[in-house]
Amino acid sequence: MNMKLNPLIWTQGLCQTIGAMVLNVFSLVGVLSIFVFDTIRHTFTPPWYPSKLLAQFISIGFYSLAVIGMTALFSGMVIALQSYTGFSRFNAEGAVANVVVLTITRELAPVLAGLMLAARVGASIAAEIGTMRVTEQIDALRTLNVNPMKYLVVPRVLAGLIMLPILVFIADIIGVLGGWLVGVYVLDFSSAGYLRQTLDFVTFNDVSSGLIKAAVFGLIVTIMGCYNGYNSGRGAQGVGRATTNAVVSSAILILIFNYILTQVLFA
Amino acid sequence: MSDYKIEMTNVCKTFGTKHVLDGVDLKVQRGTSMVLLGGSGSGKSVTLKCILGLMQPDSGSIKIDGQEITGLNEKQRDEQMTKFGMLFQGGALFDSIPVWENVAFGLIHSENMDKEDARIIAIEKLKAVGLGAKVADLYPAELSGGMQKRVSLARAIATNPEIIFFDEPTTGLDPIMADVINDLIVQCVKDLGATALTITHDMASARKIADHVSMIYEGKIIWSDTIAKLDNSENPYVDQFIHGRAYGPITKHANMAG
Repeated sequence: MNMKLNPLIWTQGLCQTIGAMVLNVFSLVGVLSIFVFDTIRHTFTPPWYPSKLLAQFISIGFYSLAVIGMTALFSGMVIALQSYTGFSRFNAEGAVANVVVLTITRELAPVLAGLMLAARVGASIAAEIGTMRVTEQIDALRTLNVNPMKYLVVPRVLAGLIMLPILVFIADIIGVLGGWLVGVYVLDFSSAGYLRQTLDFVTFNDVSSGLIKAAVFGLIVTIMGCYNGYNSGRGAQGVGRATTNAVVSSAILILIFNYILTQVLFA
Repeated sequence: MSDYKIEMTNVCKTFGTKHVLDGVDLKVQRGTSMVLLGGSGSGKSVTLKCILGLMQPDSGSIKIDGQEITGLNEKQRDEQMTKFGMLFQGGALFDSIPVWENVAFGLIHSENMDKEDARIIAIEKLKAVGLGAKVADLYPAELSGGMQKRVSLARAIATNPEIIFFDEPTTGLDPIMADVINDLIVQCVKDLGATALTITHDMASARKIADHVSMIYEGKIIWSDTIAKLDNSENPYVDQFIHGRAYGPITKHANMAG
């Protein structure tokens, strides 16, 4: 009866664990797909709640402006400083402006804005909808003949999809401004020269690819926030777990999709 | 038309390996008030959620006005929903909108009434549950538990539903406030001529609001009769429950199972 030494039982246990994990992953993907499909379906069928959508534009868009602006400003500043240190080793200091605008528009503005949105908005969506689930407010919506997918989920997802590209566009400008500040006041570039170099170098494709990424990240953050909140477990612990899951899963999905989109957009 | 407003036949619902509803048969006559008694975890809430369509039963039939409601599509279920009003255990008020908008929620969003008219009705309904117009512009978080219950009751009756469900209406209230709520429930149900289904384990509440009483135990209805017969039920489970005894067939069974 020595279980430890019986390879058959040991292998069986291993297979069970792996099998259960695979099943879990597939069922999660399935349930999530149904959720996304439902969201899309309810986006295109009435009734709509424009006042709810407007409120989400303000809470997701306007109130994220400060945190995303700060992120972009300091990222732009630090890239200018870092690339100057690196490039001066082979006398290519002139490329600082180019590097700043490229990294900001293509990469840092959408990714950092997405991650900040996950922390700020994804968490609050999951906590709010999760609390509504736990306190039966979602059931109450149903009994009042209002579809919670239309009333709660669709406005948030649409707001994420539309507002994050706008935020990222603003972040592009602020990030370049940060690089310019460091370039002119710390590294002694000429102001006009720095700006001309930036504007001559950047292409439409650089900016638009960043904005496409932003739209996808906006979807990821709001959908993961809504999904985790909507399926929150019971009690404070359930809401806490929903919030953590929303932030962690959207952050990881952002990083994965960032790679995939980069490969697709710049191939 | 069927004599019964609500008719459940052999309804089963399983979570994992646990048979929460194990063949529930429940009939509620039109315009009467039925109280469903049962301990924690006996399947009371699940029964309610199945009738409301918030959960789908695994098998069995649920009829409202003689019409089968299991397996309806979303749109048909929405139509059924307009017949229902529900008072949730915790109130379930929407905390992001003021009290009057909570009460008027169904009127504004489901019946597409404009906000001014809905507000007038909301204030009327608040008056019906003993709350002044001052409360209308407060937010739910600013109210005491008893006042939240009243607002929730006002919301449940705002659309003049045909059937009202009460989920443990007196839980968490002091005995006096509980009695006030009981009186309001009796009054509101009578005024609307509605059919009421209440789940509770508060005997004082049950005696006050019930015409008929059913007891659910381990996912089955084990006793059902008029409130007058409750004290002479000759059912040891019911006896133990209504007298709140720690010893009896219910706990004996639970201990043996555990």
